[in-house]
Amino acid sequence: MTRDIVLEARNLSKQVSSPEGPLTIVRNVSFTVTQGESIALVGPSGAGKSTLLAMLAGLELPSSGDVVLAGQALGALDEDGRARLRAERVGFVFQSFHLLPSLTALENVMLPLELAGREDARAAATDMLGRVGLGARARHYPRQLSGGEQQRVALARASVGHPTVLFADEPTGNLDTATGERIAQLLFELNRGSDTTLLLVTHEAALAARCDRVLSMDAGALLRDVAGAAAHTHA
Amino acid sequence: MRSLILALRALRREWRSGELAVLWLSLTIAVAALSGVGFLVDRIGHAVELQASEVLAADLRVESDTPIAADEQAEATRLGLKSAHLTTMLSAIFNGDANQLANVRAVSAGYPLRGQLSVADRPFVSGSITASIPAPGEIWPDSRLAAALGAGIGSELAVGARSLRVTRILISRPDQSSTFVEFASALLINDADLAATKLIQPGSRIRYVLLLAGEAAQLDSFRRWHQGQEARHERVEDVADASPQIGDASKRAARFLALASLVAVLLCAVAIAMSARSYVRRHLDAVALMKTLGATRRLVLAVNLWQLLLLAAVASVLGAAAGWLTQLWLVRVLQGLLRADLPPAGPWPAVVGFIIALAVLAGFALPSLLQLTRVPALRVLRRDAGPPALSFLAAAIPVLLAIAGVVYGALGQLSLSLWFLLGLAAAVVALGVAGAALVRSAAHVRGSAGVAWRYGIANLARRRTESITQIVAFGLGLMLLLALAILRDDLVTDWRASLPLDVPNYFFVNIASDVRADFQHELQSQGAQLTRMLPMIRGRLLTINDRPLSELHFPGVRGRGFAEREQNLTWASELGDDNRIVEGHWWTAADAGKPLVSLAVEYQDSLGLKLGDRLRFDVGGENFDVTVASFRKVKWDSFRPNFFVMFPPGLLDASAGTYMTSAYLQPSSGAMAQLVHRFPGVSIFNVGDLLAQIRAVIDKAVSAVQTVFLFTLLAGLTLLLAAVQASREERLYETAILRVLGASRRMILTSVLAEFALLGAVAGVLAATGASLGGAWLAHALDLKYRFNAGLWIAGVVGAMLVVGVAGWISTRSVVRVAPRSVLY
Repeated sequence: MTRDIVLEARNLSKQVSSPEGPLTIVRNVSFTVTQGESIALVGPSGAGKSTLLAMLAGLELPSSGDVVLAGQALGALDEDGRARLRAERVGFVFQSFHLLPSLTALENVMLPLELAGREDARAAATDMLGRVGLGARARHYPRQLSGGEQQRVALARASVGHPTVLFADEPTGNLDTATGERIAQLLFELNRGSDTTLLLVTHEAALAARCDRVLSMDAGALLRDVAGAAAHTHA
Repeated sequence: MRSLILALRALRREWRSGELAVLWLSLTIAVAALSGVGFLVDRIGHAVELQASEVLAADLRVESDTPIAADEQAEATRLGLKSAHLTTMLSAIFNGDANQLANVRAVSAGYPLRGQLSVADRPFVSGSITASIPAPGEIWPDSRLAAALGAGIGSELAVGARSLRVTRILISRPDQSSTFVEFASALLINDADLAATKLIQPGSRIRYVLLLAGEAAQLDSFRRWHQGQEARHERVEDVADASPQIGDASKRAARFLALASLVAVLLCAVAIAMSARSYVRRHLDAVALMKTLGATRRLVLAVNLWQLLLLAAVASVLGAAAGWLTQLWLVRVLQGLLRADLPPAGPWPAVVGFIIALAVLAGFALPSLLQLTRVPALRVLRRDAGPPALSFLAAAIPVLLAIAGVVYGALGQLSLSLWFLLGLAAAVVALGVAGAALVRSAAHVRGSAGVAWRYGIANLARRRTESITQIVAFGLGLMLLLALAILRDDLVTDWRASLPLDVPNYFFVNIASDVRADFQHELQSQGAQLTRMLPMIRGRLLTINDRPLSELHFPGVRGRGFAEREQNLTWASELGDDNRIVEGHWWTAADAGKPLVSLAVEYQDSLGLKLGDRLRFDVGGENFDVTVASFRKVKWDSFRPNFFVMFPPGLLDASAGTYMTSAYLQPSSGAMAQLVHRFPGVSIFNVGDLLAQIRAVIDKAVSAVQTVFLFTLLAGLTLLLAAVQASREERLYETAILRVLGASRRMILTSVLAEFALLGAVAGVLAATGASLGGAWLAHALDLKYRFNAGLWIAGVVGAMLVVGVAGWISTRSVVRVAPRSVLY
């Protein structure tokens, strides 16, 4: 079965100026991702993974090249246009969770739906919190939750709008092994259950190996693009 | 609409989580202080005006040489003003053969509209208040007239063609003139009897007065209407025109109150600016996240604008309510000092408080808020990604506009406002520069201190921008407070000193040259404290620079009166400490006999005169040409003989004149009766009642000044809270790290105490310097004598160290209690 391409990087490069002159952080990166695929982006610190993720999600513009997300070339959109596209098609999970401390777990999950003007925000968010196993903690504030629980809330927030692509930046980086494993499991369940494309940046080989494909980066360039299990054997 | 809903939700959630507490609190206190001052100023200002109005027996007087036109009365009635008529003229009053020239005052029902009449059964005793006026057929002579005519209750006095029966002795009336133009004794009769006296004849000098009282707006309408009427030879007078002493006191009080509330506004504005900055800092992550989740810039802006507007509205309502309750409480506390019938506060201060809060919020918080919308979404991945730096102009223009608007709104005078703004700008720049230098030098001394102090001082130097901002904020707040405190003391001391208890309470006029020494001796033997004795000559101004007065147009409202009235002139060699030369020179011994003149500034302003102008006076049929040699500022409230027009000795000595003096005498009718008996030619004026009136006004002004100052202090505390809270977030993180590294709570608290105490000391030194300079300037603006104040430096430096140090310590105590884990993970 041929699947739709939902994300495409076309010759992406990112240069920044530094005291020593221009510095290339990402160099000529091109690849495509199809619907429902799960991709791991791996590489040593400073390889350019986070910058690539930021460009793919439209949080940052490339110096050259373009990103096509859900059929839209991001270079053709202004900041607000990219924000609207994210609201409709993208979910995010971060290493440090990024929950708003003044909102309860439920309200954090409701936030993207409210921003999109959805009437059923509360019901959908309650349902989603239940699916990540935190129905009983809906009224708790982030500071009252453990790290794993906070990341589950973040996961619920990322998934509640049924995004086309879910970006995850080191989603288990701040968690112990057992908790990280539970989060990873949840992440893949959600990916498969709702046919969401998953693109995650990770240092952990085991997590990368569970993905359909692994993209390895070093010094800003894409070195390899292999299947998940193959990556494991290469590593 | 969606943004409003989102803003409401966000507000509710943040409110519940306690995130907004500080900003909300400072806004609320700001509005409470603002509207509280406003309410109080409104009420007390009203009360001061009311009390001051008693001197006029009205809020406004329309005076004319011709009968008051019917349309004026009609207009006053239409506007809902209370009115009464007063007709005055000089006439000889007869009791049998005894006669005396007296000021006949025919009054209509309602007189006096402000203040009260007091009457008694005998002359020269203390009277009791009455709400009535003489009935038709009755006459109320004052003590002096009754004594001079040998009249008592039941006597029949002839006033022109009408005979009237004495039913009361008039002890005091509110409109006893304080400028001593009327030297004759006075009597009251009913307006209805005036026609029957047949005193109103063609050519007789009669003054018709329409007394008006009512709300300020109605009075303004009447004034405007009156100005629109052409060719009326009338004079419209309010209290500032009529009684220089009270005019001065209430004008200064009003200016001080305006300054005090302005300072409160500025302190709150800085507090709001600081709160807004930390609000924005705390919300950078949230906005970045919202953008990542798909919020557009417009939506972010709209949500935050709504949030701020809602916050302002809630804070305004609560603040205004708190302000209103506070002034209500203050009025209760001040009972006895303030009159019981203090008029209620109008709704305006609340509205103005809200408008000013919004203006300040817009000026001080909006730039930071707009900055918030420019946070890149990338911040979710990279913590160091912040909004682009705010351009100086974008930040400064709204602030400048807001400050300029608020300053001008409070002071209402362009030049004063400009000076104030310039002073403020200079203070901010000086504080910034000095603060930067001190922060830099602090870094050098830290090696010699203990670990806690070293860390505290290092913190000061490391958080350079924050430290300088805090020094400027504390310093500015403290400077304004200190300057205001000095000014308050100067004002109160000045007022109290201007009317000590032994201020002369009697004026003696018409003292003939030959009895002068005897009279002085007699007074001294009665235990009186005498002031100077000055000659008094009647004269009339004829020309200015050889142009007859009829050809001239005068700038001041009183000009025509000054020009056409017969004046009291004097000569003196000494200036007296209640007179200050503001232009030109006072004469020396060598100037004796030279054709020079020294004029009071009121005279100068009303006639538009300058140094070197030539004036021609007619004194007893002889003309004198003199040149203006100096202008004097006269403290009329010294209650010593003072004249608008003074000549050097040796010029008018030949003109036969009488003398006048004033003295303080224990009130006792015996001494007075003896004086009247021994020197029948001397006119005696008791100004004790007038003094009591003025003291009451001044007491009111003093209590107003004190209470308004309380609000300003409260505003200063808000600023302190906001400034200390500004670095709380950062401290939370640092403290956690320090504690992980093994620092004890005690060590951290000591370092915080060191940091804040040093910050306070630096701000205190700068503030005391600025306040001394500012106080001197403000004293000049309010016509006060500046006194150097050593206490100010002690209060400024030690006080600031203590208050800022303790505030920092208290706010950080809670930070130290937070478990490091919850901050770091």
